[in-house]
Amino acid sequence: MADFFRKSRITANAGFNRWLVPPAALSVHLCIGQAYAFSVFNDPLTRVLGVSAPTAADWKLTTLGWIFSLAIVFLGLSAAFGGKWLEKVGPRLTMFVAACCFGGGFWVAALGVYLHQIWLVYLGYGVIGGIGLGLGYVSPVSTLIKWFPDRRGMATGMAIMGFGGGAMIGAPLSVLLMDAFKSASSVGVMEAFLVMGGLYFVSMLIGALTIRIPPADWQPEGWTPPRVENKMISQNHVHIDQALKTPQFYLLWLVLCLNVTAGIGVLGQASVMIQEMFKGSVTPAAAAGFVGLLSLFNMGGRFFWSSASDYLGRKNTYFVFFVVGACLYALVPSMGMIGNMAMFVLLYAVIMSMYGGGFATIPAYLADLFGTQYVGGIHGRLLTAWATAGVLGPVLVNYIREYQIAQGVAKADAYNVTMYIMAGLLVLGFVCNVLIKPVHEKHHMKHDEFDELDGIYPAGEEEA
Amino acid sequence: MENGKQKSGSLVWLVLFWLYVTLPLLWGVASTLKKALALFD
Repeated sequence: MADFFRKSRITANAGFNRWLVPPAALSVHLCIGQAYAFSVFNDPLTRVLGVSAPTAADWKLTTLGWIFSLAIVFLGLSAAFGGKWLEKVGPRLTMFVAACCFGGGFWVAALGVYLHQIWLVYLGYGVIGGIGLGLGYVSPVSTLIKWFPDRRGMATGMAIMGFGGGAMIGAPLSVLLMDAFKSASSVGVMEAFLVMGGLYFVSMLIGALTIRIPPADWQPEGWTPPRVENKMISQNHVHIDQALKTPQFYLLWLVLCLNVTAGIGVLGQASVMIQEMFKGSVTPAAAAGFVGLLSLFNMGGRFFWSSASDYLGRKNTYFVFFVVGACLYALVPSMGMIGNMAMFVLLYAVIMSMYGGGFATIPAYLADLFGTQYVGGIHGRLLTAWATAGVLGPVLVNYIREYQIAQGVAKADAYNVTMYIMAGLLVLGFVCNVLIKPVHEKHHMKHDEFDELDGIYPAGEEEA
Repeated sequence: MENGKQKSGSLVWLVLFWLYVTLPLLWGVASTLKKALALFD
């Protein structure tokens, strides 16, 4: 059984078509992306006992908010701690464990709903499911980078776009299942959890069974590494633990954290913001449509910008995010003031595309700087920036808004300062990006080190 | 001959695998787009 998961068992044979790897990665990312659609369960979960209306003993929204927060925290933790393990055991076992955790997490949460025990829902979806999220997120990324040395950005963009798309599948699927199962005595959440747990387990398992890693000396047919040496693309490898000793790791951590903080901050307030800035002309349904449109741009931006980074270069792509992003954030309040809703929507959409692009381009940036060998583990550790931004962004935005309103600023104008501060964060991100230089050669691994460190072997060089 | 059969078999598998991931994604995108159209009503 253990042999089934070994790296040597999933090393591709000659003639393997590398285009089979992206759908294997998408099988996982399209499932775990459901996390961003978890809020569709919030209202029904407040009526588990009362069914038609909440009773005093039902869960409150504030209690339920912790489910998603826990999932994101455990995503960050498991990606950070599981990344090294991923490099050691390979993507198949990691993806299998992710499938067990994410699918199993739904089932434990279903038991929690059935028994009306919130701690079981926290444990199921928040902790166990969150671990599945983290492991599932990082496991196919490094494999894709190794299969597509000629188009690293596009390859990782495809998988990470799947994470954005997962919410678009998860939301209507959840509603469909709850509608099918709801009755006079049930809101249908428990049954929906059971079915979704099963579906996601099977889909992620398909990804785990079909993933392959390339042989050590593999290169795409007819492709040779470019002769013109680009100092920002290293031909060497840096060990996971050594990466933490480089300034580049922390600068990239800040680059990701600042880009995500600004994006999450404005994404969370998009619906309220458009309704307050264009009072009377935007209904709640239209505002929900606006959020839907933004999620489409967020998803599309993941593929577009990461693919563009293969031509622009990673550093230049982040320069675009920070320079253009800062200008657009600063322009949004003006569009609200002059009442130009079309431009407001367009600016917001471009901002969201760059927010998604930031997520999707970072693995390729890491691979360029630290080499491809341990990029999965390094990426996992860098994702703590996402968890940090997930807390920082909404807190910052809400605090600034509340402070403005308390100072007597009109609600519609309270967003202006927020947007300028977010633009300021992007300027800081720009500075961090400027400071990123190639990793010093003292951090590079020597060939004999591959065999000695932690039992981690380059793909295809594993001991039999 | 055998090689050609193998190649077309793997091509069918490749197409099916891509359909398996893109069809649900397209369904999700279409649902979101339908919701987004409310903005322009």
